[in-house]
Amino acid sequence: MNREFPMGRLGRHLTDTFLILIIVTVFTSLLLLLVGASPTEAFTHLISGSFGSWSKVARVLNVWVPLTLCSVGLVYAFRSGLWNIGVEGQMVLGAIGSAGVLRMGVESGHPLLLLSLALLAGALLGAAWALFAGWLKIRGGVHEIFAGLGLNFVAIGLVLWLIFGPWKRPGIASMSGTEPFPRDLWFPTLEGWRVSPFALALVILLILATAWILNRSRFGLNLKAVGHNPRAVVLFGLSSQRYMLIAILISGALAGLAGGLQVSGVYHRLIPAISSGYGYLGLLVVMLAGFRLAPIPFIALFFAALNVGSIQLPMMMQLDSSLSGVIQGACVLSALLVFGFRHLRRRGAAD
Amino acid sequence: MQVELQQIHKRFGKNHALKGVDLKVEAGTIHGLVGENGAGKSTLMKILTGYLSRTQGRILLDGREMAEADPATAAKSGIGMLYQEPQDFPPLTVLENFMVGRDAEPDSDRDRQRQRLNDLAGGLHFQLDPALKLEKLTVGERQQLELLRLLGRGVQVLILDEPTTGISDRQKERLFGALHQIRDQGRTILLVSHKLEDVVALCDRVTVLRHGMVTGEAQAPFQVPRLLEMMFDKPPETDTRSEAAARGEPLLSFDQVSADGERTGLSECNLTIHRREVVGLAGLSGSGQGLFLRLAAALDKPARGKIRTLGNDLGNMGHREFRQAGGCFLPADRLEEGLIPGFTVQDHFALAHNCGMATAKVLAAEAISQFRIRGHPHTTAESLSGGNQQRLLLSLMPPDASLALLENPTRGLDMESARLVWEHLRRQFASRGAIVFSSAELDEILNIADRVLVFFDGRIVRDLPIGELDYQDVAAAMTGK
Repeated sequence: MNREFPMGRLGRHLTDTFLILIIVTVFTSLLLLLVGASPTEAFTHLISGSFGSWSKVARVLNVWVPLTLCSVGLVYAFRSGLWNIGVEGQMVLGAIGSAGVLRMGVESGHPLLLLSLALLAGALLGAAWALFAGWLKIRGGVHEIFAGLGLNFVAIGLVLWLIFGPWKRPGIASMSGTEPFPRDLWFPTLEGWRVSPFALALVILLILATAWILNRSRFGLNLKAVGHNPRAVVLFGLSSQRYMLIAILISGALAGLAGGLQVSGVYHRLIPAISSGYGYLGLLVVMLAGFRLAPIPFIALFFAALNVGSIQLPMMMQLDSSLSGVIQGACVLSALLVFGFRHLRRRGAAD
Repeated sequence: MQVELQQIHKRFGKNHALKGVDLKVEAGTIHGLVGENGAGKSTLMKILTGYLSRTQGRILLDGREMAEADPATAAKSGIGMLYQEPQDFPPLTVLENFMVGRDAEPDSDRDRQRQRLNDLAGGLHFQLDPALKLEKLTVGERQQLELLRLLGRGVQVLILDEPTTGISDRQKERLFGALHQIRDQGRTILLVSHKLEDVVALCDRVTVLRHGMVTGEAQAPFQVPRLLEMMFDKPPETDTRSEAAARGEPLLSFDQVSADGERTGLSECNLTIHRREVVGLAGLSGSGQGLFLRLAAALDKPARGKIRTLGNDLGNMGHREFRQAGGCFLPADRLEEGLIPGFTVQDHFALAHNCGMATAKVLAAEAISQFRIRGHPHTTAESLSGGNQQRLLLSLMPPDASLALLENPTRGLDMESARLVWEHLRRQFASRGAIVFSSAELDEILNIADRVLVFFDGRIVRDLPIGELDYQDVAAAMTGK
């Protein structure tokens, strides 16, 4: 049916989105009423806090970049049937890689070359960290969820050790991170904007490339086959393990790139919470997107806006900013509800 | 219990699978339901057991109408089905499997239940050790347990789906004896099969389905040619063997090969298969023939010994290299191992031939007409019927393979389709290379193969050219006699 009517499928997705938003709004409003806050006020603050001015939009975009990169990377892993929970740690390792390169080149005099090298190092280190999790799964029989989760903690330990050990600030080590890099090693931004147009362009390019790779290329088809039935692809002459490793490798590289951009474009130093939990949030984004690529940029934008907008809440309404997390979680739960309902209905219709 | 189905219709979208089927089964009889693949046998039985809803029609049990049912209410009304694949729990013991899920008068006293199980088993001359783990049982024994479980639940209408697939002749005799006994207790038995020899041996009355309609009924004693006429548009011929050609150079050789796996493993296997040979692997399911094929296809590694395939030492080769050297393997598990659920027919061709979607679509359309697959290039694998999945699997085999290793290649196909498949396989592979196949049907092996290997308990106990073969001897060898 849907094959002949792409508009019908789009319509169904729009209806789903609408339904999810209604459920989330009702649920969040009830919760706010329960704690004695005005839902309208809270929602207004959320919106004005995220899109109220250009600088706020820039801040949203600064969250959008790493979140989208992590989410897009996760789609590769999910296509091959892997749960790359380790995306958080891969982002941290990417940040460490970039920071390492930038530290070495403080005196170099070739800032652009150094910045490119820093991003490359971020992607490579993120990929290596992911490969480690993939290798543990394939050679060691460790489930990738446990491997990834374990490596996340190792990554956090590593970053703390660096900040308080070898890379500590001259004089006193502190939770505020390493010594900031000199200004010429900051990623260039437009006048008055705190977001790098290069990072935005890079993300959009990567989304388009991913769309082609996953939906049009032979590699994408093979990857999907591995995810659907790893036992069968062997008989088609493909190595499911190789495809899984490549998928988790790409996933890690994109997360590492996100970490590198955080270091070189946003914080200009290595901080303990460099990943800001975007790896885990990326998992929610991908689930909400139904493991498909197309909705990811939009959902990531929505989630980024929630994160930035909720910063207002403690100041204006004495509400905790974790409301954004509540809304994001409610989105995923209601999406599962709506998708599940649709699945049941479709199965009922098939009988 | 008397069962009556009146004017049952079933539509799946545009597909009109059942077009007004009438079926009346008297209490205390064994009633056969025969027909080729896609005739509607399974659909009709799924409607009776409540797994599918009917588009139209009535079901009467002892003259009382049964409302639209789900599996639980159908089971409560006394309808039970013995599936082709046992629906049991391998990690549990025989007794635990017997007890699990008994809904009427729950009784968890193990001693009493053991007594019940032993009584029921004794009555039907089955020997089952209640303490044994199910994994240790043969398919035939698991089937016996399943039958006892249904009887323990007090089924009045027993439906059997191809019950003689994969069980030994002795188990088959036992089963038939038990079924006659169950019938004589006044219960109703419906036998779904395309094996006419079973139907003739067992049934009192037979209904034939073709393309979703009843094409005839017959009363025992049956005339097989008459039944075939009702089942098929023309009676199929059974022998597709052409003149035996001279065998060529060796393509596959096993030298003192032993391996672990399946139930029995494989021990000290020695043999050579040459170009232009068609070799049938006979044996009860799980006697080592599956493992033999997997070893030859480099999907499993031997513990000891040497395997040479297509001129290569298989030592460090994987299945990928095996394929590149011109081998191909067809697994018995279609959706588990052969096909990719969620992928369409054309996706499968893109994957198998490593080509673009446009080419894949053309290839898929060609295969659909050549292999008579009921579906479209954009139909997903899991929505094809079992027989059509098998056809898709066959159509995906690389056409230029010189060593075709096939596990139950005609599983789930009716005689006419099986004949077409074998014509194709012989034309495609036997002239240029070799075919090695296993089959649950001894008849198929005897009809098709030039050379037969008989497996028993992980060993090859007979290796004979077809000319020197004696049916009785092979059957005896399969059961270890």
